[in-house]
Amino acid sequence: MHRIGVFVCWCGSNIGGVVDVPRVVREVAKLPGVVYSTDYKYMCSEPGQGMIIRAIREHRLDRVVVASCSPRLHEDTFRKAVLLGGLNPYLLEMANIREHCSWVHQNDPEKASEKAVAIIRRAVAKAARLEPLVQKRIPVTRRVLVVGGGIAGIQAALDIAEAGYDVVLAEKQPTIGGKMVLLDKTFPTLDCSACISTPKMVSVARHPNVLLLTCAEVEEIRGFVGNFNVTVRLKAISVDYDKCTGCGTCWEKCPTKVPNEFDLGMSYRKAIYLPFAQAMPNKPVIDREHCRFFTQGKCRVCEKVCPAQAINYADQDKFVTLQVGAVLLATGYELFDWASVYGEYGYGRYPDVITGLHFERMVNAGGPTGGKIVRPSDGTEPKTVVFVQCVGSRDEAKGKEYCSRVCCMYTAKQAHQVLEKIPGAEVYVFYIDVRCAGKGYEEFYLRALHEGAQYIRGRVSKIYPEEKKLIVKGADTLLGRPVEVAADLVVLATAMIPSQDAAKVARVAGISADRDGFFLEAHPKLRPVETNTAGIFLAGTCQGPKDIPDTVAHAGAAAAKICTLLARPEMTIEPVAAEVNQKLCTGCLLCRDVCPYRAVEAKEIEEKKNGVLQRRVVAEVNSGLCQGCGACAAGCRSGAIDLKGFTNEQLAAEVAALCGW
Amino acid sequence: MKIAYFPGCCYETSAREYDVSTRAVCRHLGIELVEPPDWNCCGSTPAHSTDRLLALAMAARNLAQVEEMGLAEVTASCALCYQRLALTQAELAENGELLAEVNRLTGRPYRATVKVRPVLDIIAGLGEEEFRSRVVRPLNGFKIAAYYGCLLVRPSKTKVDDPENPQMMDRVLRLAGAETVDWTHKTECCGASLAISNEEVVVRMVARIIKAAALAGADCIATACAMCHFNLDIRQEKVSRLLGKKYSLPVFYFTQLLGLAMGLNPKEVCVHTHFVDARPLVKKII
Repeated sequence: MHRIGVFVCWCGSNIGGVVDVPRVVREVAKLPGVVYSTDYKYMCSEPGQGMIIRAIREHRLDRVVVASCSPRLHEDTFRKAVLLGGLNPYLLEMANIREHCSWVHQNDPEKASEKAVAIIRRAVAKAARLEPLVQKRIPVTRRVLVVGGGIAGIQAALDIAEAGYDVVLAEKQPTIGGKMVLLDKTFPTLDCSACISTPKMVSVARHPNVLLLTCAEVEEIRGFVGNFNVTVRLKAISVDYDKCTGCGTCWEKCPTKVPNEFDLGMSYRKAIYLPFAQAMPNKPVIDREHCRFFTQGKCRVCEKVCPAQAINYADQDKFVTLQVGAVLLATGYELFDWASVYGEYGYGRYPDVITGLHFERMVNAGGPTGGKIVRPSDGTEPKTVVFVQCVGSRDEAKGKEYCSRVCCMYTAKQAHQVLEKIPGAEVYVFYIDVRCAGKGYEEFYLRALHEGAQYIRGRVSKIYPEEKKLIVKGADTLLGRPVEVAADLVVLATAMIPSQDAAKVARVAGISADRDGFFLEAHPKLRPVETNTAGIFLAGTCQGPKDIPDTVAHAGAAAAKICTLLARPEMTIEPVAAEVNQKLCTGCLLCRDVCPYRAVEAKEIEEKKNGVLQRRVVAEVNSGLCQGCGACAAGCRSGAIDLKGFTNEQLAAEVAALCGW
Repeated sequence: MKIAYFPGCCYETSAREYDVSTRAVCRHLGIELVEPPDWNCCGSTPAHSTDRLLALAMAARNLAQVEEMGLAEVTASCALCYQRLALTQAELAENGELLAEVNRLTGRPYRATVKVRPVLDIIAGLGEEEFRSRVVRPLNGFKIAAYYGCLLVRPSKTKVDDPENPQMMDRVLRLAGAETVDWTHKTECCGASLAISNEEVVVRMVARIIKAAALAGADCIATACAMCHFNLDIRQEKVSRLLGKKYSLPVFYFTQLLGLAMGLNPKEVCVHTHFVDARPLVKKII
């Protein structure tokens, strides 16, 4: 018979205010195997833990039950106490009598006390069947793959590299810099976005610990935390960067003009091009879709003019494989395609209805208009500018339910810029709410307001052209009447959505996304940069809409978490993992299909049957990948899989104890 | 094709042209329209704005007759009638309790099996080649603003086309040889039955539509709704006075224009009975 100790926590009045703790202690003392039971105001506190440690020694306890809060909160705390008491930490079982009992039964203390006893009875039954588990140690590859070279990826790569670890920074575009480098000034300080991001681009590209891969896409991630095997596709760029000096002769002479993505199509680039002057790497690529040689078979102008003979038309996609210990996803965002659903705003047919990002390019001194705000239709300066917030955000009918968080602030900033750059301009902002939660944000909004931006609370129902103007019809819901503005330019604050490839990246990395496609963090409050797959981390807007300060903070946090993982040459992994009894396994591999972590693999074994050596397939669990969810154990048809720490026998005993069998 | 046809209350009065031209065009296209023997009001504004159940019951009584006739589909030319019938069908099909209650009221058991389609949808659904082959007098030189109004495209349960930039009528008119303009007020409200209680508002609303059509370069307007036609056609004098500019854009039912294109006599489709004289424009092709 085991010697079980039960420790019941009051949690101040959280439990003690509802559950009759002394009575519970008296009753659980009678349970089979329980040799000691006690209670304390705060079991998680230092004295509370001390009680557990002393009791283990004094009463020679070999199993411990703590009845308190959710194991998510304090299982780790109490395991450490049990370890200090001299027991294997997995000989602890927790009974949740707070979330599962006192918090939900405040109105019925009598029955709550009864239920608390039942919950502890379950825990005692399981405790009697607990087995010691041993954490495994595995080596860690001290190198990190960062996917995405926007400000999040750059910041995290720099932080990790500065800590002394190797970083591979993979970006699918020909340059790093992401969306931030497109922006003009940033709220609320109005500092120039490019001036603060381009130096970081240079630092990360030149950092001795960083390997920068552009035009690179992650094709496959295999393995597990500490030991990933990654395949990256390097798309053919047709330029040999070892030879290229970035002199610029090729793109000067290239005869093919293509709308420039960097300016959202508002300017032209060549078919061999540098995305923008400060691009990093500062060397060109050939856009094969538009290049005259690749489409028509002749031209070769760039090859002729290149003084370094760096042009290589025969270049092909290459695949590289990398060993890394952790992967950081920083794949960023895109803008909601408003033109496909907002018919009331013209389905994108009116050239003077633009998005906030178009406005950023236009107002940027390095942009297509050299910093002049103009109407795309005729190049004239607009006198009346209307901003429409929440286009695609906070719109369940046509867009997304969520708030994109940055639009209120950048709209205020853009309103300020219009008023500053165009004397006598009129600015109207249609809004649902103005959300300015951030340091200096409300002050900035008020500044735009005092400068003369006219905020109208209400949605825009229709935009249509009338002669040279755009008529913006909406409602002023504070005055309770319809309004109409004859505008020269309309700027839509479109929602942030996950980048186009996010779903593919999630599949490759084996992580989940929320219903809007943003990557799901392991815990919304306590583990914001980790995913449910160990070793895969998140930074920036791929996890949800964020502004630049939040993105940088998120990326820094992810870098710190990754450095913690890499700080030791070996890592311990949770022993709560599934285990296959090969004798019972029939090799149906249903477990492989249900495993969300791709931790189950088929394995061929040899065994003697009736004296004959035979080969057959069985399932095997990779304990590095297994997260202990138990799906395979539940799915196994032949009962061959057991989850350590949650074995079938333990679960059956718990059910029996709960039902009073 | 044999299909039940619900003419609606305006068919002998303000929208006689729509009824006459719909019947003429359908006959020409080989679509047999059969009137339910004992139809009643579709349950429009006077009913649905006061008593939802009454409005549903009135429409359901008509739909039940279509079932009794053994027909699977019913069409209505008037957009109001279409919308009432279609919405009733949609609501009764998804709510068995409501259906039972309505059946108790009408005493004419309805099983909610009838499909309701506007005439525009029926005609637009014909094959392009088949349609083209019927066009003997293309509407060359017509620049038409196709005006859909609200009820064909809203609410989403009964809409037949995109509510912001519908194309169905544009497509059939172009097949008939006309040019249609890309304009901004295809589905703006015409003021509808405010015509009775507050004409001042209606004139302002109609003025926007007429002005937008003229700005887009249209020389006439095509409608698919009795109410829209009524408001746009008879108020242009007042619109002109309001805007201080003379507007006289003929307003047709799209079926009249199709009839002309198919070679029907202008009198057969009643182009001579509108308030804004359409005859000078029609002369272009005759």
